[in-house]
Amino acid sequence: MKRIVITGMGIYSTIGTNLEEVNNSLYNGISGIGIDPKRIEDGFRSPLTGIIKRPDLKSLLTRRMRIGLPEQGEYAYMATLEAINMACLDEDFRINNEVGILYGNDSSAVPVINAIDIVREKKDTTLVGSGSIFQSMNSTITMNLSVILKLRGINFTISGACASSSHAIGMAMILIEQGLQDIIICGGGQEVNAESMGSFDGLSAFSMRTDEPTKASRPFDRDRDGLVPSGGAATIIVESYESAIKRGAPILAELIGYGFSSNGDHISVPNVEGPTRSLERALKYAGISAADIDYVNAHATSTPIGDLNEAQALFNVFGSKTPVNSTKSMTGHEMWMGGASEIIYSILMMQNSYVAPTLNFENPDEYSSKLNISGKRTDKSIDVFLSNSFGFGGTNSTLIVRKFKK
Amino acid sequence: MIREEIIQKVNAFLIEEFEIDEEQISPEANFKDDLGLESLDFVDIVVVIERDFGFKVKSEDMINIRKLSDLYDYIERQVKVTE
Repeated sequence: MKRIVITGMGIYSTIGTNLEEVNNSLYNGISGIGIDPKRIEDGFRSPLTGIIKRPDLKSLLTRRMRIGLPEQGEYAYMATLEAINMACLDEDFRINNEVGILYGNDSSAVPVINAIDIVREKKDTTLVGSGSIFQSMNSTITMNLSVILKLRGINFTISGACASSSHAIGMAMILIEQGLQDIIICGGGQEVNAESMGSFDGLSAFSMRTDEPTKASRPFDRDRDGLVPSGGAATIIVESYESAIKRGAPILAELIGYGFSSNGDHISVPNVEGPTRSLERALKYAGISAADIDYVNAHATSTPIGDLNEAQALFNVFGSKTPVNSTKSMTGHEMWMGGASEIIYSILMMQNSYVAPTLNFENPDEYSSKLNISGKRTDKSIDVFLSNSFGFGGTNSTLIVRKFKK
Repeated sequence: MIREEIIQKVNAFLIEEFEIDEEQISPEANFKDDLGLESLDFVDIVVVIERDFGFKVKSEDMINIRKLSDLYDYIERQVKVTE
């Protein structure tokens, strides 16, 4: 089997806009969650959200390059810039070799709404402008970045709800393993705005703990009352070992397992059996046992039923010893971006030998009490970690990453 | 609206919104070869004309606009019709 490695990573998130800032937030348990006044004005049940600043790309990209990028596309550009610089993928290399892109994204609400507002008001589609269509499609990130970065390899977007970017990495592993591609830019982007979250807010899925925003996301805690939506973008460079060695690229970690499954059950309520199969398939792919996993980055979004079922699935597979945490306690739920960002968070912990705190984990419930979860940071040498991502429709994805050894 | 006003407004949006260097602006400048604009940019020029001059451009009218002076002439004619 071909070895598949990670040679670059980049992040633009609510807990930092580069790797150094993000590592600092993870290490010190700093939350990126706050209140969005627009959501109060718009009558949301919950105004809680990850807080993020849009980057100013004027000095980095031409007008034509910027005009097709929606909010999450801007985040994705910033994250990808950090990742390709780390992986030494300069433009000359990208033009002369096949570098692909597979990114997770599952919405682009604001450009669609703005375009429809113009058409309704003006009754003239030509007044929508040229950038709208390229901002509106789900494939907005891959279509824009492939042009900006002059990419000539595989190029499409994966929409798998909150498992989108985890599946994107899994698909990249398979393409590289098959020998069809050597280098694929992978990741996920997630818009952070009221417009894209209104319908989700209406499902009563979000935390209402508005008096203490940083305490609202509390995965596995007995008193959790819902998730906090969030976003940004995360990029990793997935590459064959041979290509990385040939290029002299830095090798950050090795991707050794991908598992997936579909619950075939309820559209929004997760179950125990589906995620368990995804976990077991990833372990089988990696050829290791549950006891070999040093740390689990759980999907755990802080919803009552989601965390309950994941805790059971994790207990069934790992028992009580393996350290488990949810970085969503700090970031909120990064949805389309979460699969990729949580690989980066976990690699940062692996590189610096700690498990970040599961913030606000104060009292366990019946099932989380059986797991090894801590509200505080713990020192821990991590050789192998596993990361879960689950989404609406019962789509599940699991990735396993190992510290690189020659 | 007098021609000078039209020229001033057009040049201003080309510099500010289309990020064209001021030195490149001249009546004889070709949109494609000199200013580096492409067909997609004309979609946005239509939007700006509606906003700044208050009339709707038919996209087929844009086909004959090659130089900056063609655009000044076109807007001047349309503004007169509207007025």
